[in-house]
Parts: sequence; C-alpha cells; structure tokens
Amino acid sequence: MFFQLGWRNIWRNPRRTAVIMMAIVIGVWSMIFLGALMRGMTDQMVRNGISTLTGHIQLHHKGYRNDPVIENSMTDPRAVESVIKKELPSGVRWSSRVRVNAVVSNARHTAGITFVGIKPSQEAEISFIGTAVTEGRYLKDDDTYGIVVGKALVEKFGTKLGRKMLVMSQGTDKEIASRAFRIIGIFRAEMEATEKQFVFVTMQAAQRMLKMKDGISEISLVLPDPKNVDTIAESLRAVLPAVDYEVQTWRELLPFVTTYLNVYDGFVFIWFIVVFIAMGFGIVNTTLMAVFERIREFGLLKALGMKPWWIVKEVLTESFFLLVIGMIIGNTLSFLSVFALSGVGIDLSALAAGSEYFGISRVIYPAIHPKDVIMANLVVFILGLIVSVYPAVKAARFTPIEALAQT
Amino acid sequence: MNIVETVDVKKTYQQGKVEVTALGGVSLSIQKGSFVALAGPSGSGKTTMLNMIGGLDTPDSGSIAVNGNTLETMSQTELASLRLHNIGFIFQAYNLVPVLSALENVEFVMLLQGISSAERRDRAMSILDDVGLEGTYNRRPAELSGGQQQRVAVARAIVSNPSIVLADEPTANLDSKTGKGLLEMMRKMNEEKKVTFIFSTHDRMVMDYARRLILIRDGLVADDEIREA
Repeated sequence: MFFQLGWRNIWRNPRRTAVIMMAIVIGVWSMIFLGALMRGMTDQMVRNGISTLTGHIQLHHKGYRNDPVIENSMTDPRAVESVIKKELPSGVRWSSRVRVNAVVSNARHTAGITFVGIKPSQEAEISFIGTAVTEGRYLKDDDTYGIVVGKALVEKFGTKLGRKMLVMSQGTDKEIASRAFRIIGIFRAEMEATEKQFVFVTMQAAQRMLKMKDGISEISLVLPDPKNVDTIAESLRAVLPAVDYEVQTWRELLPFVTTYLNVYDGFVFIWFIVVFIAMGFGIVNTTLMAVFERIREFGLLKALGMKPWWIVKEVLTESFFLLVIGMIIGNTLSFLSVFALSGVGIDLSALAAGSEYFGISRVIYPAIHPKDVIMANLVVFILGLIVSVYPAVKAARFTPIEALAQT
Repeated sequence: MNIVETVDVKKTYQQGKVEVTALGGVSLSIQKGSFVALAGPSGSGKTTMLNMIGGLDTPDSGSIAVNGNTLETMSQTELASLRLHNIGFIFQAYNLVPVLSALENVEFVMLLQGISSAERRDRAMSILDDVGLEGTYNRRPAELSGGQQQRVAVARAIVSNPSIVLADEPTANLDSKTGKGLLEMMRKMNEEKKVTFIFSTHDRMVMDYARRLILIRDGLVADDEIREA
C-alpha cells in the first residue's frame, strides 16, 4: 500500500506535481540533450581530425614531427611498406604521402600552405579528399600537372578551375623547388581552415618537383576498429627501428583533441551536478511543502502506530514516482530532440571562425552516448532520493502531539 | 485486572514564559471492558490524560501502565508498537487518510500489523457492515458525511481487536442525532466485544452514556462516579 499511498499523494495537488515534474523533465532533457550536443562536437572533432589526413596512426622518419622538413623524409619507403603489409591485420587501409610546407601563389596572392603529394586511389580510401571534390575532378594516378585546391583558397585567390597556381618549396638539393600546376579540382571540407591549408597533387608530381626520388614524408593508417589503435601502434614500434622511425597514434598527433576528450567526461559530470543542484532545490521545496501541508496526517499515522522509518519510506516513495515519471518524459524528449536534429544538425556558421579554432565543424550533429544517458539518469534518481531524505525525516520527526495540534 | 493504571501522573507545559500545569497528580485505575468518560471543561487536562494513556505524550513524573506495559520505560518505537497492537484511536477530526477509501482506511492498521491481504479485506468489510456502512467501501473521506467518517474511524479503531479505544471528543463535530447514533454503536461494541472505551469529552450526551464518569478539573480528579450499566 506504500506505492498506492505514495502515488495517490502526489496527485493531491496536481498543479504542484506538474510544476516539479516539469522541473525534472527540463533538467533531464537539458542534461542529455546538451550532453549529446557536446558529445557530437567531440565526436566530430575526432572524426575531422582523423579524416583530415591524420588517420589513426602515422609513421614518419625520426624527427619529422618536431621538424617537418624534407631532410626528415623516409628515403626507402618500400622497406617500411613491406613491414606494414606483414604486421597489419586485415582491414587496415593505408596510404603514403609527400607532405611539406610550401608557398602557393598566382598573379594576385601568395599564401603559405601544406603541399601534399598523394597516391589518389589509396588516399581516397583513408581520408576526406576522395569524396570532397565538388567542382572539376579528383586526381588520377597519372596526373602530372593537376592540382586540387580548397574552395576557400580559390575564393581568396580569386581564381577558378583551369587556371594555374605556382607552388614553391625547398627540394632535397636544398634549392628552391617550384612548379606550376593547373587547377583540375576544387574541394570542400568541414572546416574552412582545411580548404585554405591543403593543396593536393599526385605523389609522383610532388617527388619530381622536390627531387625526392622515391622518398615520402609519411604513411597514414586507418583501422577498421579504432579501439585497437594502441595495440597496433605498439606492434609497429616493435618491428620498426626506433632510431629511424616514429610511430604515433592520433591522440599524440592531435594533442588538443586528446586533452579536450580527457577533460570532457569530468566536465559533463560537473554539468550534470550543476543542473541537478538547480533542480534539487525545487524537489526539496516541493516535498517540504507537501510534508508541511500534511502534518496532521503524519500525526495521525504515528498515533495509529506507524513507525518513523515507514513514514520516511512513504515520503521517499512519493519522490520516487516524481523522479521516475520526470525521467521517463525527460529521456523521451531528449531522444526525440536528438532524432529531430540528427538529420539537419545545428548550424554554427555565425561562430564558424571561432569554432574552427577548436576543430569543430560548422554544423553540429548531436550524438547520444549510452554512458551519458545512464550517468544523467543516475545523477537525477540517486541525488533526487537523497535530497528527499530531509523532508522525509522531517515528516517522521513530528511527534503525534505536535502534529495533531496543528490546525 | 486493571487495563489502565496511572499513579500520580504530572505534566506541565511551557506556553511562552508561563508554565501551565496540565496534570497535577492523577491516579486512575480502569478495568477491562469499561466505558469511561474523562470529562471536564476546556483546559482541564482530560485530553492530556488521554494522550498519556495512549503513549502519545509522556508524563513529567508518575507512572502509567497500559495492559501491563509501563509506558515511561518504553522507547518511541515500542510505544508505536503498543499503539499499533493494543490501542485504537478516534480523534475529533482529521481521522482518516484522505487518499484512501473507507475500506482502505480500515485495512490500514491491519496492513501495518502485517495481516494478509485477504484477511484484511474480509475483516474490514465485516466491520464496516457492523457500523452501518455497507456499500460505502470505495468512497473516499471527502465523499462521506461527518458521521460516516467517524463511523469509519470507529471501525478502524476496533478492527484490529485492540485492548482499549481512546476517543478524544468524538462527537464534537457531529449533530446530536448523528452523535447519539455513534455512541449507541460504540456502546454496543463495548458490550458485545468487551472493548474498553475511554472518552475525553465535555459533551453532556457522551457523559450520559458513560458507565463511569471521571471529572477532571484543573489537572486533578475532582470526582469519580460509577453509574449503573
């Protein structure tokens, strides 16, 4: 009968019950929905980072990460590639690149960029560039003078498809190396910064320009299951001599994203606690009001022989119903909100410059992670019952005489 | 055997800066099966005495024994248990749990006692029939008249077969006809089931029904009259 009594008691004042339930619904909804937005941002940060040439693992010549100059290239990539083919499990895709800092210019403008020489068919399988070309065409393996540049760079330079751009860098002979390329494709990326930073040519074209022969700057790997990153990285470190090569995972290559992810879980928990504190005052206040309105009734129950602990249980049962119903509705609203936005996302174009600094795309898609949902519900339920203990104990502490004397 | 035995019970209350003596040393012996009225004007101490017997309040000095249990040595939990298993209460008002039906209100005490659902229901329905409330089982207190609510309170008070029923001004909010009907019923319960009834009242009608009238004035027993059955 405790459940029956508790259920009926919460509906004695339907308006008050509706108000507190709304507070719980809004609290739960904000925890899960805003948590999903934040999680969506971090997921996109990781996805953007990995697909924007980082991959899950990269291999370089020793010292390349600290000083990405042409002297720190891998001069004999075949040896490395044969090791990779032996060590890697099936399903891992990889591609070699030439990657150097360079300057691109036309008649109007000059800009610093990252000059990337790729094997088009291999690269298409592991990074964004394979599907990013929106005007013109993607590179073919035998393109000698073709270059694919970003939309933002094209607009900045006031140029277009078919026009020429001059790329200059330092070659292996330590002399200025330069070449004119014709724009054959224009790509769009999640972030404008990516469109301005990278230009793509075939690897042979880059190697020829830089006089690298068969040398490459890096090998990037994408794994079918990202959870195996560390295991595979360790296996590569074991077979590649440390004096010549460095193997890095995406966490090492994207330190800002890694740091953000590490603090994110704690930040989400703190956010949940802050929301709950705001909601918790409402729960305590409402339950106290309900208790003080029924002092005489509690006096009657005690006079009849109800033990103090049973009165605590009865009040907690009322809070239990409020919390459970509020949580069910809040969760439902959260899932519906996320579902509604999952197709269109939230456009942050107005903040694009600021968001790009953090590696966040212009459009955010919320992503619900089960552990966030579980944590939000546990915070609300457990802390909700805990804060209800005060009014419950207050109800149990009335002596029958004091309680029955109330008018 | 005396079902209630009080020896020199004293109680004072603080009302602001003033100390008020509610009971100045009351000694009573009440036998099993009695139909007793503690009568007196407002503030005489009769309700205080009733609360003491019911374990709802504790004396400053003196002793109270109910059904052989010495109350001043019992903890709050033990007193709650004593009230649950031995004492039935009927108050002047606010007797019933508003969200429970008449039947559920009567069942409630048996639920606290751990009686099975089927037996609770049977006994509750039977006692409601006995007090003239057949057919009102599912009505909530707000749907019952004052007299009907008091009848439900009486039913709840006696359904668990208590040793004593303590009634504090049970007819105060009732018209005379309804009050008389209630008293008739309680008198009948007393005679048939031998339940001891102790009233706190200043209602002349209740005093007339009592077989023993204890007059309390200024916290002391002023008169103790045993009447014929």
